[in-house]
Amino acid sequence: MASIAFREIEGHSRGYYALLGAVGAITLAGLASAYYMEHHGHVVTGMTNQIVWGIPHVFAVFLIVAASGVLNVASIASVFGKTFYKPLAPLSGLLAIAMLAGGLMVLMLDLGRADRMIIAMTYYNFKSIFALNVFLYTGFFTIVGIYLWTMMERGMNRYSGAAGFVAFIWRLLLTTGTGSIFGFLVARQAYDSALLAPMFIVMSFSYGLAVYILVLIASYHWTGRSLDDAVIGRLKKLLIVFVAAALYFVAVHHLTNLYVAKQLDFEKFILVTGGVYPLLFWVGQVALGSLVPIAILAHPGLGRARAWVCLAALLVVLGALAQMYVTIIGGQAYPLQLFPGMQVSSTFFDGVVHPYAPSMPEIFLGLGGVAVAAVIVLIAIKLLRFLPERLDTRESGQLPANQHNEAAA
Amino acid sequence: MNEPERSQDQPEAMSRRQFIGWGAATAAGIAIAPGVTLFDLAHGRPAEQAATNKVRWGMLIDTNQCTAGCNDCVTACNTENHLSGGLKETDSQWIRKIELKDLRSSKAHSLPMMCQHCEHPPCVDVCPTGASFKRADGIVLVDRHICIGCRYCMMACPYKARSFVHEDVTGQNPDVPRGKGCVESCTLCVHRIDRDQKPACVEACSTAGRNAMIFGDLNDPQSEISKRVATYATTQVRADLGLNVAVRYQGI
Repeated sequence: MASIAFREIEGHSRGYYALLGAVGAITLAGLASAYYMEHHGHVVTGMTNQIVWGIPHVFAVFLIVAASGVLNVASIASVFGKTFYKPLAPLSGLLAIAMLAGGLMVLMLDLGRADRMIIAMTYYNFKSIFALNVFLYTGFFTIVGIYLWTMMERGMNRYSGAAGFVAFIWRLLLTTGTGSIFGFLVARQAYDSALLAPMFIVMSFSYGLAVYILVLIASYHWTGRSLDDAVIGRLKKLLIVFVAAALYFVAVHHLTNLYVAKQLDFEKFILVTGGVYPLLFWVGQVALGSLVPIAILAHPGLGRARAWVCLAALLVVLGALAQMYVTIIGGQAYPLQLFPGMQVSSTFFDGVVHPYAPSMPEIFLGLGGVAVAAVIVLIAIKLLRFLPERLDTRESGQLPANQHNEAAA
Repeated sequence: MNEPERSQDQPEAMSRRQFIGWGAATAAGIAIAPGVTLFDLAHGRPAEQAATNKVRWGMLIDTNQCTAGCNDCVTACNTENHLSGGLKETDSQWIRKIELKDLRSSKAHSLPMMCQHCEHPPCVDVCPTGASFKRADGIVLVDRHICIGCRYCMMACPYKARSFVHEDVTGQNPDVPRGKGCVESCTLCVHRIDRDQKPACVEACSTAGRNAMIFGDLNDPQSEISKRVATYATTQVRADLGLNVAVRYQGI
């Protein structure tokens, strides 16, 4: 009956320690960067009074969005009853917690007063979506933690459906909160749209699944466990749908803006004349981050090769970072329109496109967030039974749901 | 018998009493005078009394009187608030001069831009800790003690009015605390207003004889600013956002 056996990875190989050492070193570099920024002030970063959120926010928002999306694999199993995905669920929950932790670490360490975390936890302005997000983030950790417990503890298995349902609703709320950070910015042309909340949810599906596929293939490859093509095949098809859906939202957002006369200059900037931003949008986000992965995954030959699937997922992740860069930094680079129809100039850089060049400390801080997520995953899969010993069609596809519940113990 | 003696002594006794009386009055005067002077400066609002929403402090900028190249308001702000006056992208600028040119008519304007002290400030809405707040009299401020430096308010402000302190600050004005890692902006010289003085920029503009900046209570129909706003067409920058700002512009 218990066809699926979850096992810790051995984690004694040279490769494991090398990887752990590498991500550990990047984590330390990120922490050292945060200390350096804290000590000298943000003057040592590329961020200014014009570009107030920089590359750390690109990484942080990506990680937070992907964290909620990566939980989808578990949701498909628990909420939508697709038993095929059941063995994949614990890793999904683990990645969700790890990536959210990484993203939040970056966000917190980038604060001007990171030492005032206790204030952020004790003073709340409930009209602020940032303040609400503090609850959504902490709630997410708790709920996904409980969800993992119900999946991994045999006695708790019967509650995993309910926990999964709550986690699914919570993750939708969480990404709504993340999208609304930008959606509620009425002053800036790049944001100020209710569309951003659902768009971020769809983006999270795509980012999260791409990360999941990469981690799944890598961990099975490196531990020498068997992973059936059928598993990858299903995830691959799902990724095509998610990437296409995210692209659809992006298209609708821009097309709507193009219809609004006052938005035309901004759209021209972000899509055509804005230098690095149109380049990142068209080449990074649209071509390499969406169209090429869809083509690879849908290709009858390439889509079967695991290396190509990995490449496609990696491109989706890189495209996601490009999208975050265009959204967060491109949105600030375009000057605020205080006097439409007027030529504007001032000592405070009114009316000019604001330049931004990320400095090494802030890049390392951003990468540190990714590395922290990796450290958490590497240690967790060694200590606890997150990964099934093997994933082939027999284990993952043929069993009825109740057997999987038990097997998942 | 005692009475006449007493009355004989009286002048001397009176003079002693007078001496003590005058002495006490002088001593009391010396002790109280600085306090009275301060109270005078503080006018109607002693420190222990909260700001009231009966007043709404505002400013009217007459762009017809404001000349391109004049930077007196900016200089006064920097001096008053001990800002460096630096113009790097990371330097704080609480008030700046904007030069405008109408693309169709080529008509040029020059005007100061600073925190507009909105009735519905987006910076206050988005601030997670409540560090961005609006005082009862309409002045929008940052509580330096609970600002965590997230800069969300800077993302939200339509006027680019806020600055983030990117490095250590030295030589602060004790009335205007600043700090690395916190966000700051025009306080409307709240410390001066509470002493019944005008904001430094307004005073400088007036001293220079331009009088392009009128400061006063928008709630008082008899104030000059209210009369001007009632008489002339004035503009709120980004009026489309419906923020009901306290800084109005005339002539644009």
